[in-house]
Amino acid sequence: MPGYAERVKVFGIYIQGDPIGVVVTTGGIRRVIEFRAVTKRFEDGTIAVDELDLTVEAGTITVFVGPSGCGKTTSLRMVNRMIDPTSGTILVDGKDVLTVDPPTLRRGIGYVIQQAGLFPHRTVLDNIATVPLLSGWDKRKARTRAAELLEIVGLDANFGKRYPAQLSGGQQQRVGVARALAADPPVLLMDEPFSAVDPVVREDLQNELLRLQAELDKTIVFVTHDIDEALKLGERVAVFQTGGHLAQYARPTELLAAPANDFVASFVGRDRGYRTLTFLHADVPVHPVTTAKLGERVTVTDWTLVVDETNRPKGWLSGVDGEVEVAEKDLISGGSLYDGSTLRGALDAALSSPSALGVVVDDVGAVTGVVKADDVIQALAKARAAGEVPK
Amino acid sequence: MGGWLFDPAHWSGTTGIPVRLAEHLGYTLLTLLIAAVIAIPLGAFVGHTGKGGFVIVGLSNALRALPTTAVLILVVLWAGLGDFPVYVALVLLAIPPIMAGTYAGVRAVDPVTVDAARGVGMRESGVLLQVEIPNALPLIYGGFRGAALQVVATATIAAYTGAGGLGRLVFDGLALQEFGQMLAGAVLVALLAVLVDLGFAGLQRLTVSPGLRPVGTGGKR
Repeated sequence: MPGYAERVKVFGIYIQGDPIGVVVTTGGIRRVIEFRAVTKRFEDGTIAVDELDLTVEAGTITVFVGPSGCGKTTSLRMVNRMIDPTSGTILVDGKDVLTVDPPTLRRGIGYVIQQAGLFPHRTVLDNIATVPLLSGWDKRKARTRAAELLEIVGLDANFGKRYPAQLSGGQQQRVGVARALAADPPVLLMDEPFSAVDPVVREDLQNELLRLQAELDKTIVFVTHDIDEALKLGERVAVFQTGGHLAQYARPTELLAAPANDFVASFVGRDRGYRTLTFLHADVPVHPVTTAKLGERVTVTDWTLVVDETNRPKGWLSGVDGEVEVAEKDLISGGSLYDGSTLRGALDAALSSPSALGVVVDDVGAVTGVVKADDVIQALAKARAAGEVPK
Repeated sequence: MGGWLFDPAHWSGTTGIPVRLAEHLGYTLLTLLIAAVIAIPLGAFVGHTGKGGFVIVGLSNALRALPTTAVLILVVLWAGLGDFPVYVALVLLAIPPIMAGTYAGVRAVDPVTVDAARGVGMRESGVLLQVEIPNALPLIYGGFRGAALQVVATATIAAYTGAGGLGRLVFDGLALQEFGQMLAGAVLVALLAVLVDLGFAGLQRLTVSPGLRPVGTGGKR
């Protein structure tokens, strides 16, 4: 088991190095949420969830994804007993949820829903303090905790006194996440939390969730109908099929490389080859590029990248023969930037650039060179030959 | 005609205007209290469970169709003269708007908010008392203030059965052909209605969360 000794989970704490002399739970992983033959049949006879067997592992983000009516939300809501199953068992930390009184169970499980569902009559701080107060914390301690949470989800302290109606959708959803985390529950259920916000804000929130999870190490079940979101956030992804069947439960790379059936293949989409690039981190050669600053007089022969004082890209200059003064109005705006993360980013930078050269930037956004699409394709071929692309 | 109202002689004594005003206000407030104690829990319960809405609507309509004077006379025939028949008639008048306002208010709370309340671990009583009622308050006040106006106006008929209140001025003025007194009664009732409504508007401002005010204070949605 390569890598096992370097990072082993011991009672919820990651320990670097050799775990000698420490008691390690089975396989280093405690199984946290188990669905055992869970079926939900509604009163009108429709089967929402059909014999679901699935284990959500501790400390992972597991995404339930599928079209509407596939039972993903119903499955999620059975974990905190917002819905009770018709048959089967759901265990959280080995305990059958049906044996726990629902309000008590729910206070121990964070719950984030679409459109946040904040209490309009309560201030942001009081919204966040809801669960601690329900669990009997004293008011001051709950308020202090709520203020901490506000900071953790990236909101300024002065938001605490505002009311939900005074917040944007994205800010409301941050507060929703803060409210769910307030009593520090080990499990977080997120039901399409980001689907009501615009794409730019959604991406922010997704990145924020990944950052939070890296710090908090919760067991998160995340429901979405957006396959891109599922592949981005999920360490494990469960694809649900209409009729409440679990079609496939796998890592995102496996899902893209080997869809279990036609449904999964079509759901994952036609450009799954392109999506696979998201999970590859191969070296792509970075070529030097001619740069110029605004206001400089330069002789333009080929594509020239115009940068600002701190060497950040402003746009491209091309085609003008002879010596010119670089002016803002002559710039052709560039495509996406490549920050050295994944092959998908490199390819996209190259394909979206007017010069066919993808601009590479460092941590502070300064230009370090350019990448070419051909190089990305070659890197992919190399990765495939080395067996890094799952077949 | 306005002379009657401003004659200092009418502003003192046990049958003076201040006493009549106090009686009238007394009928109004006690009626609203009794009606609220009956109508708010009923409306809230039905609104919360979502069951029996038709009962609320049917009951409201039936009560609204009752002629208040007829109720008053019936209860007088059964229980005799006094304040009791007055309260029965006025409470029956006040219940429908308060009950309908409460029911509508609780029903109108965003289902997402209610789902969240359950999801974070509130018990049903908590969902109702900590989330649904506070959010329903603007509509509850709407019904309540409507009821208050009706009760202030209608409490005039108390005098019809020999009880007090500003209705005395109206009925006595009618009997004595003193139109100045009648007019004074009518004007004072209208004035009292405005004051009572202002009072409840102030109470509403104090008790309804600023988060529920229609216009935000500079924030964007």
